[in-house]
Amino acid sequence: MRPTLRMLSESLVGQIVAEGMALLRDPGVRVHNVEARRLLAEAGADVDEGRLVARIPERIVRQALETTARDFNLFTLDGQPAVHYGGDDVHFDPGSAALAILDPETNRQRVPVTADFIRLLKLVERLPQIDAQSTSMICGDVVPEIGDLYRLYLALNYIRKPIVTGAFRTDTWWVMKEMLAAVAGGEAALAARPIAVFDVCPSPPLLWSDLTCQNLIDCARAGIPAELVSMPLAGATAPVTLAAAVVQHTAECLSGIVIGQLAKPGAKIVWGGSPAAFDMREGTTPMGDVGTWMIDCAYAQVGKSLGLPTHAYLGMSDAKIIDAQCGMESAGGTLLGALAGVNMISGAGMMDFESCQSLEKLVIDAEMIGMAKRLLRGIEPRDEPIALGLFQKMGHRADYLAEPHTLKWFTKELYLPSPVIDRATTDGWLRKGATTAAERAADRVRSLVASYQQVPVPPELRRELRAIATRAAQSFGMSALPPLPDFDLV
Amino acid sequence: MSTELLAQITNSLVDGDPDQTVAGTKQAIAAGLEPLAIIEGGLVPGMRIVGERYASGEYFLPNLIVSASGMKQAMALLAPELKARRQELKSAGTVVIGTVRGDIHEIGKSLVATMLAANGFEVHDLGVDVPVDAFVSRVREAGANLVGLSALLTTTMRGQKDVIDALANAGLRQQVKVMVGGAPVTKKWADDIGADGWAQDAVAAVALASRLVARG
Repeated sequence: MRPTLRMLSESLVGQIVAEGMALLRDPGVRVHNVEARRLLAEAGADVDEGRLVARIPERIVRQALETTARDFNLFTLDGQPAVHYGGDDVHFDPGSAALAILDPETNRQRVPVTADFIRLLKLVERLPQIDAQSTSMICGDVVPEIGDLYRLYLALNYIRKPIVTGAFRTDTWWVMKEMLAAVAGGEAALAARPIAVFDVCPSPPLLWSDLTCQNLIDCARAGIPAELVSMPLAGATAPVTLAAAVVQHTAECLSGIVIGQLAKPGAKIVWGGSPAAFDMREGTTPMGDVGTWMIDCAYAQVGKSLGLPTHAYLGMSDAKIIDAQCGMESAGGTLLGALAGVNMISGAGMMDFESCQSLEKLVIDAEMIGMAKRLLRGIEPRDEPIALGLFQKMGHRADYLAEPHTLKWFTKELYLPSPVIDRATTDGWLRKGATTAAERAADRVRSLVASYQQVPVPPELRRELRAIATRAAQSFGMSALPPLPDFDLV
Repeated sequence: MSTELLAQITNSLVDGDPDQTVAGTKQAIAAGLEPLAIIEGGLVPGMRIVGERYASGEYFLPNLIVSASGMKQAMALLAPELKARRQELKSAGTVVIGTVRGDIHEIGKSLVATMLAANGFEVHDLGVDVPVDAFVSRVREAGANLVGLSALLTTTMRGQKDVIDALANAGLRQQVKVMVGGAPVTKKWADDIGADGWAQDAVAAVALASRLVARG
């Protein structure tokens, strides 16, 4: 039996969905995008063009829930299905869009540059516990206008794992799509075998900005999956009661599904989010708070009740360095998200709320992810009877270590951690340098990055991608991209 | 009698009960207490205690906001009383505050605005995503002596410098002190862009504002 976490009673789920639908009728959702308002009005929503508010009747929402994709696969860059969005399958990717990197030398944050992100890409490609790549850093050595597409450009050169990404503008989304289509073998192939999902973020409460709404519409029409990242901030931009925050999340996500399905029935849209329970002392958005985790797990349950693929930002910490707080917060969210059956859990490596990525934290988090995945496989009988046959043979002898039964099962039954996790005797630990987890993590980052091997991308594709990204850079006044010496691209 | 009334007003602010603050203030006015005495003997001590309790970790942001609301309602009752006596409340200062262009984060800015208003500042809150020119023209119109600039994104922080530069170009920089805040904003950033001060939270922002204005 697979262990699962249920946060809400069935009746509470039903009431949350009903109230979410009611919010879409009154007060309605604010839509700052002309095309979405037109689509909503044509479908029969009551659209106030003065206040930019759409009141969406339940009939339209129900219709959208009929046509939206129940599940879909994300493919590796060489075309293999790798991530299944749907059911209770659980996958992990690093947290996205960090503005800073924790420099392991100084233990302080700084602005990441191309070389940092390439190191992260190499690490993620080598980390077995991580299922998908994320465009997890915004590089400070290119013009800010191409910050979104440049991350994707680098990712497409260095990895094969599927990609969780997002656009910061409406025009750069098209550049990103062009690059993805080039890798996938054309737009039709990209729609048939998507290699990336785009995060699109409504603004709390109940607002679709022009940018994010356009990204959603464009993704739907191109057959590229979109991940709704609704982020009620309980006690600030959302009600402080957790259930009411989930109602707001429900309404925001339902409106996203409606807009996406009106743009293109059958569009692949993920019920996702990054809520937080507002910190009432510091006024911050803690990702390591139990209230945050509870909202996440509750909305995932709501999404599942509607039969939708799910996503959440979990497994992050608000700590500023790799310390005890960092470990406990990351572990808590990772475990709960896994038990809640969230299809894609984004957040590994992320700290300082959602603003700083640490490669060393990422390899520590990967151990927790490995343990969470083991937990989800649950406890199985393995033998029939479970133990009686063994005991007839072994009696009271204690030497199971030498038993073939142990050799047969130990890799399946036990999670075997990397050396990041210290389980040596005290003497052994002293002999090996009396290291902290962060120090051992730094060693593992170095060895994994050193073991990275180039992914086989045809040189002409590398040149095409570079041409696309360079054109975009030039249109924003940057004459050339930073060189990629790994591929002689300058 | 009057001491008791003033203590009640103080306690109502500390307890976060604006209705009681309003009732107590009305009672004090009816009892013939001088408006300035009500403010200085009842309201101001209450807000000071609330600020201290927040700083010590006993109180949280909702406590600050509810007390500030009580203070504001009491001041609205007292304003006509002051006017009738041809008295003026010594304004702590006139502040133009907003979140800079391209940034729609509201919470931190509004909190600072609320706390400044509760502490006797005349506050002109321009909202979020505020164009550079809007800051400049409001500073001129209101004769402000303080500007508060909020930015929550590293991509919009530069907007704080743009406002400071625009104030200088408009010849208003000598007239105002500029304070900056927001999650990515640091003391060093404030120094780099030529701001006069930086505060890490709303209570610290009030202390900073008072210090900057007193310095003149």
